[in-house]
Amino acid sequence: MSLDQLKPGQSGRITEVTGSGALRRRLLDLGFRKGEVVKFIKMAPLRDPLQILLGNGHITIRRSEASLVQVEVLLGKSSE
Amino acid sequence: MNEKSAIKIALAGNPNSGKTSVFNALTGARQHVANFPGVTVEKRTGYRRYNEFDIQLVDLPGTYSLTAYSPDEKVARDFILDEKPDLVVNVIDSCNLERGLYLTMQLIEMGVDLIIDLNMWDEAMEAGVDIDTEKLSQLLGAPVVKTIAHREQGVEAIMQAASELLENRSQKHRHPPVSYGPKLDDVVTDLSRTVSACGSCRACGNPRWLAVKLLEGDSDVKSRYTPNRHRHGQLDRKLRQSLHHLRSTTRQDPEVAITEGRYGYIAGIIREVVKQPPSDRMELSVKIDNILTHRFWGYLIFLFFMWLVFQATFKLGAYPMDWIDAGVGWLQSLLTGILPSGVISDLITDGIIGGVGAVAVFLPNILILFMGISLLEDSGYMARAAFLMDRLMHFLGLHGKSFIPLLMGFGCNVPAIMATRTLESHRDRILTILLIPLMSCSARLPVYVLFAGAFFGAQAGNVIFSMYLLGIATAVLMARLMQKTILRSEDAPFVMELPPYRIPTYRSVLIHMWERTNIYLKKMGGIILIASVILWLLGYLPKKSDFSQDYDAQIEQLTSINTEEAAAEISRLQSLKASEELEYSFIGRLGKITLPLVRPLGFNWELGVAIITGFVAKEVVVSTLGVLYHLGDNTDSLMAVLQSPSNRISGLAAYAFMVFVLLYTPCLATVIAIKREIGAKWMWLSIVFQTALAWSAAFLIYQGGIFLGL
Repeated sequence: MSLDQLKPGQSGRITEVTGSGALRRRLLDLGFRKGEVVKFIKMAPLRDPLQILLGNGHITIRRSEASLVQVEVLLGKSSE
Repeated sequence: MNEKSAIKIALAGNPNSGKTSVFNALTGARQHVANFPGVTVEKRTGYRRYNEFDIQLVDLPGTYSLTAYSPDEKVARDFILDEKPDLVVNVIDSCNLERGLYLTMQLIEMGVDLIIDLNMWDEAMEAGVDIDTEKLSQLLGAPVVKTIAHREQGVEAIMQAASELLENRSQKHRHPPVSYGPKLDDVVTDLSRTVSACGSCRACGNPRWLAVKLLEGDSDVKSRYTPNRHRHGQLDRKLRQSLHHLRSTTRQDPEVAITEGRYGYIAGIIREVVKQPPSDRMELSVKIDNILTHRFWGYLIFLFFMWLVFQATFKLGAYPMDWIDAGVGWLQSLLTGILPSGVISDLITDGIIGGVGAVAVFLPNILILFMGISLLEDSGYMARAAFLMDRLMHFLGLHGKSFIPLLMGFGCNVPAIMATRTLESHRDRILTILLIPLMSCSARLPVYVLFAGAFFGAQAGNVIFSMYLLGIATAVLMARLMQKTILRSEDAPFVMELPPYRIPTYRSVLIHMWERTNIYLKKMGGIILIASVILWLLGYLPKKSDFSQDYDAQIEQLTSINTEEAAAEISRLQSLKASEELEYSFIGRLGKITLPLVRPLGFNWELGVAIITGFVAKEVVVSTLGVLYHLGDNTDSLMAVLQSPSNRISGLAAYAFMVFVLLYTPCLATVIAIKREIGAKWMWLSIVFQTALAWSAAFLIYQGGIFLGL
């Protein structure tokens, strides 16, 4: 599944960063990469963009961008 | 000055790493801002002396990487390649060592001499971080210093380290090369050998970097160093071989594989130097976010902040603006008294002093708005504002951060256009800047008030409101249209950091305010001054000597009589004279020549002239009509004259005129701001397109209304 499909509070481990060009590069440069753990913190009031915990910092990312990041869900409580 | 002592140092680092604070602490006020050549990315340069060195410091744009995909990164990279700084100070947020080192790796790849600055060391201490800086220095082959730049602590150590490195130039430190893991290292080394052997690639001086970039598929590097496929036949073949080999062994895109290789190497460094990773320093920020980006309170608080910034900028700013106006008026009357009357006196008092006033009047807005913007940025709230607004703004093809400049446009377009500096993507900036003039600024309001008051009586409020709505609707349509035509490029990535909330420092806010004001005065003030003097001359020349009656003699006679009637008669005569003069001037003549163009819109020549003078500033439309109808500043009688049947302006034409004033070319100061921010091409587009749009809209309203029998 992709990062945008996680539920608030859920964590996942990145399996692949898809896409191409400037966007994939930006994701990679910010630290989205295979093996890294991400946590879905919350979404903006209009459901887009999302707030993600990555490494030691928070990142905001549009749904369309998050859909390029493939994750496997880690056990964890969902707040929804 | 000894040439050997002139040194160039560049500052590189991630956004939010406090790089600008380091720069400010190092250079103080000895800095200036210009654009990098050919692009509108800002280049801050500062100067200082340290020991025997005259140091020029350049603050590169904050970036996470050094690719060719974003203008900021390309500028930083090109600066390092072309300008070959003696040293690069790499500023890293100590709590975000991993992300910071990712850029460090790329700097090492490029072969620059580095000083590592672990900044925000205070936050790292609070978060309980323990970094073995000696070990880090050893592994990277670079001196490591710790700073708390926003409190100016530790920055002298950067200078100390720099001077030590520079004094021992012969024994320069060597950064161990970045390792990408066994699978990739061999390929990289192999390819860099071919690069070294290839004669025409030597220009870059660093075969390993070139090899890595070629493997990553960096189009810019490719065209820069190996423009001709045939001359690099051997390299080209080798590259294709290597790529094929990489794809089959890693089963990944080479660009991804190399990135992962870099991260792998960084992970190794982190394991060795970080004894204690930071505790969650976002804890407090998350709590604040629970309120500030709450689905209901979030918007309410956002609107409140926007209201606050807007009111401070334009309502509070109105007081100093009045003082400037009064000061200019005082100076004008003072000089009129001293100088012998004549053309030179008029030029100095009305033309030049008036022009200086036209430049100065924007200063309060700019100062206050940029105070607000730096507070929003430095506190970390700007990123949250973008988070809240992005969904709405994205509909227009814009970034969440575009909302603030657009909103400020309702106050005054000039500071609003300057505020687009907060947008990173060039495309977002162009689109936002082109839409800002459609936000009906406060200078257009007096025009609406006059015409709506004269023609629409009780409905005046609604009519004026409709102008604002029409401006917004036009902006939405234009945004959608431009996205599909001239700005049809891929959206710039939105993904960005939400930095922890921080308390802004006075120093950084003041420097930011000063910097913007300085840019305004230096880059725009002069042109606005010259252009307003020229426009003034066009309304002043040629000088009329032959009037329909001898106003001067009559006024002379009346001045001896000290009654109210006499004073009223004098001002009536003066306005009659002024109106004859304006009618006789170049602008007056232009107004009459262009009458056939505005006739189909239902305008008379007076309105035509007012449109032309309104280019100076849109509120001038009202004062011009005052002059042309011999009424001075008396709005009530102006309303009466405008709607009197003998004047032959219909309600329909009045509405068309209001729409015209809303939409036609942005005022002088605004177009100069557009030119300064995104270049002459877009400035002309804005002038021509909006004037055409204004004419078409007014035509449709007037002729359409007549057709419908309104």
